[in-house]
Amino acid sequence: MATKASRSAARLMMAPAVVLLLGWMLVPLIMTLWFSFRRYLPLRGGDLGWAGFDNYVRFVTSSSFWPAVQTTLVIVVGVLVITVCLGVLLAILLDQPMWGQGVVRILVIAPFFVMPTVSALVWKNMFMDPVNGLFAHLWRFFGAEPVSWLSDVATPSIIMIVSWQWLPFATLILLTAIQSLDSEQLEAAEMDGAPVLQRFIYIILPHLSRAITIVVLIQTIFLLAIFAEIFVTTGGAFGTRTLSYLIFQRVLESQNVGLGSAGGVYAIILANIVAIFLMRIVGKNLDN
Amino acid sequence: MGQIQLKQVTKSFGDVQVIPPLDLTIEDGEFTVFVGPSGCGKSTLLRLIAGLEDISSGHIEIDGKDATNLVPAKRGLAMVFQSYALYPHMSVRKNIAFPLRMAKMDQAEIDRRVDGAAKVLNLADYIDRRPGQLSGGQRQRVAIGRAIVREPAAFLFDEPLSNLDAALRVGMRLEISELHERLKTTMIYVTHDQVEAMTMADKIVVLRAGFIEQVGSPLELYHNPRNEFVAGFIGSPKMNLIKGAEADKHGAATIGIRPEHTDVSMSEGMWQGTVGVAEHLGSDTFIHVHETGLADMVTVRITGDIQAKHGDKIFLTPQLDKLHKFDAQGLRIG
Ligand SMILES: Nc1ncnc2c1ncn2[C@@H]1O[C@H](COP(=O)(O)OP(=O)(O)OP(=O)(O)O)[C@@H](O)[C@H]1O
Ligand SMILES: [Mg+2]
Repeated sequence: MATKASRSAARLMMAPAVVLLLGWMLVPLIMTLWFSFRRYLPLRGGDLGWAGFDNYVRFVTSSSFWPAVQTTLVIVVGVLVITVCLGVLLAILLDQPMWGQGVVRILVIAPFFVMPTVSALVWKNMFMDPVNGLFAHLWRFFGAEPVSWLSDVATPSIIMIVSWQWLPFATLILLTAIQSLDSEQLEAAEMDGAPVLQRFIYIILPHLSRAITIVVLIQTIFLLAIFAEIFVTTGGAFGTRTLSYLIFQRVLESQNVGLGSAGGVYAIILANIVAIFLMRIVGKNLDN
Repeated sequence: MGQIQLKQVTKSFGDVQVIPPLDLTIEDGEFTVFVGPSGCGKSTLLRLIAGLEDISSGHIEIDGKDATNLVPAKRGLAMVFQSYALYPHMSVRKNIAFPLRMAKMDQAEIDRRVDGAAKVLNLADYIDRRPGQLSGGQRQRVAIGRAIVREPAAFLFDEPLSNLDAALRVGMRLEISELHERLKTTMIYVTHDQVEAMTMADKIVVLRAGFIEQVGSPLELYHNPRNEFVAGFIGSPKMNLIKGAEADKHGAATIGIRPEHTDVSMSEGMWQGTVGVAEHLGSDTFIHVHETGLADMVTVRITGDIQAKHGDKIFLTPQLDKLHKFDAQGLRIG
């Protein structure tokens, strides 16, 4: 792959894919940017011309903006904390030699293959339904009043659903990381007089730090954009309106494409800030 | 203090018995080397002593106290692993201090001991580096440093030099021997390197398939191997083992003669053969002799140089007083 001819051939052959990917990304991006500077109300007169920064100002000064940012952060951080903590525990558990290891591992990974819409519907109707859900039955069995999960504790419920979806991913990455830990290190620590908890803190956790950063990075980028789970369960009500859901409402429910696009641009900027921030942490972690 | 006693110790992995009942006493301050072919259970035995594996039956006593069910940390032993097993995210200083921190020692004492170990092992130059930034030999020193700060009753080494290049191995071998002279602490050392075993040990334990074939000082094993296996295992190049008519003449099933105990002549001698390969090392020459009618190949070692080429006729004369005789069961006669 080092000769000039082979390199230019490689470029030529990669070109279609690169062009396609670029187009895929650039066209919507440019359209979003373009619309964000227009007054574009499809049902109220269509494209009404140049709007300057009006859309941007209106999006952030709207009373629903800051609550949406807050909800987004609560959900993202909540899911991250739950998936990383439980992921580490599950990874350690799955690393232990046990009977039926293969089956258990597949079962643990299974939720990742369920589509978000489907899993949210399953949770909503089979578990969290206040009349017929499994939780309601459980609560009643113990003589308690069933909880209306998706209206009374809507945000935690969504965090729970999304965590359930992402836990397999975190577990999988952390499991591979744990498996790469040299068992002699643990034995050395054992001989050095470190009990189980100390071995976890001083040996396993530092070894996992890189995998944890990667889990956090990848999940954050996807979690900032969760949509289906909210759409299917609460429809953005009961304080579960995230930034991406707000944008969706601006475009489709208020039929204001310009305003929604401005929100989209904010979301892009936010995602990039997070990405850069996390890349630097990862970079630092990968250095040593 | 560090006398270790194994009494009827066995170890099985599932149905496979790796260590059959075994008795062994390692005296305080002794440098004991376990040698044996690959897979004979050297590492397993060491790990049993360390407490990293549970023994299947029997007892282990350390300084006369039963340690069979003690956790590794409570046995007061320190181990140096083949892969060094340094903690990659901690600096050299933190690595060495780790066992002391775990023992909740106060900081001043930790610093004193770490600095002491650093001085003994010449670690001062890279005490603040991470293990990843060190060479193999330096890592080895750090691993030893981490072991000595605990002032253990005994050190356990599992092939600690096998990842080093030849020159460094010689250097580290000397350093470990010197350390032993200075600390006078019991050391158990696993290796399959002849030279390490012979030069470092006070006592060599030769293992085969978990059985102890012989225990003794290096020279004892060299001069009086108890059986054919030990005879063939100790010494380099290997002892020539000859069966058949020639052995019958000496009233044995097998006779053994070391390569260095055979005289060589180009004109006359007891046995005749053809030179196969002659390895000239400068100080010594190893000659592999074929077509002697005794064994596939007979190796001789002579001091200095000799003009022997491939295909030359050569005559060998064993020094009869250095001849080893074994019976049909492979046990030494006389
Ligand atoms: N955890 C284990 N489970 C099952 N069998 C094992 C286990 N550990 C070791 N064995 C077996 O026990 C025997 C002795 O192994 P051990 O590691 O002690 O050999 P060794 O003498 O150290 O060999 P080497 O010189 O190659 O390191 C081998 O046959 C090995 O296959
Ligand atoms: Mg071994």
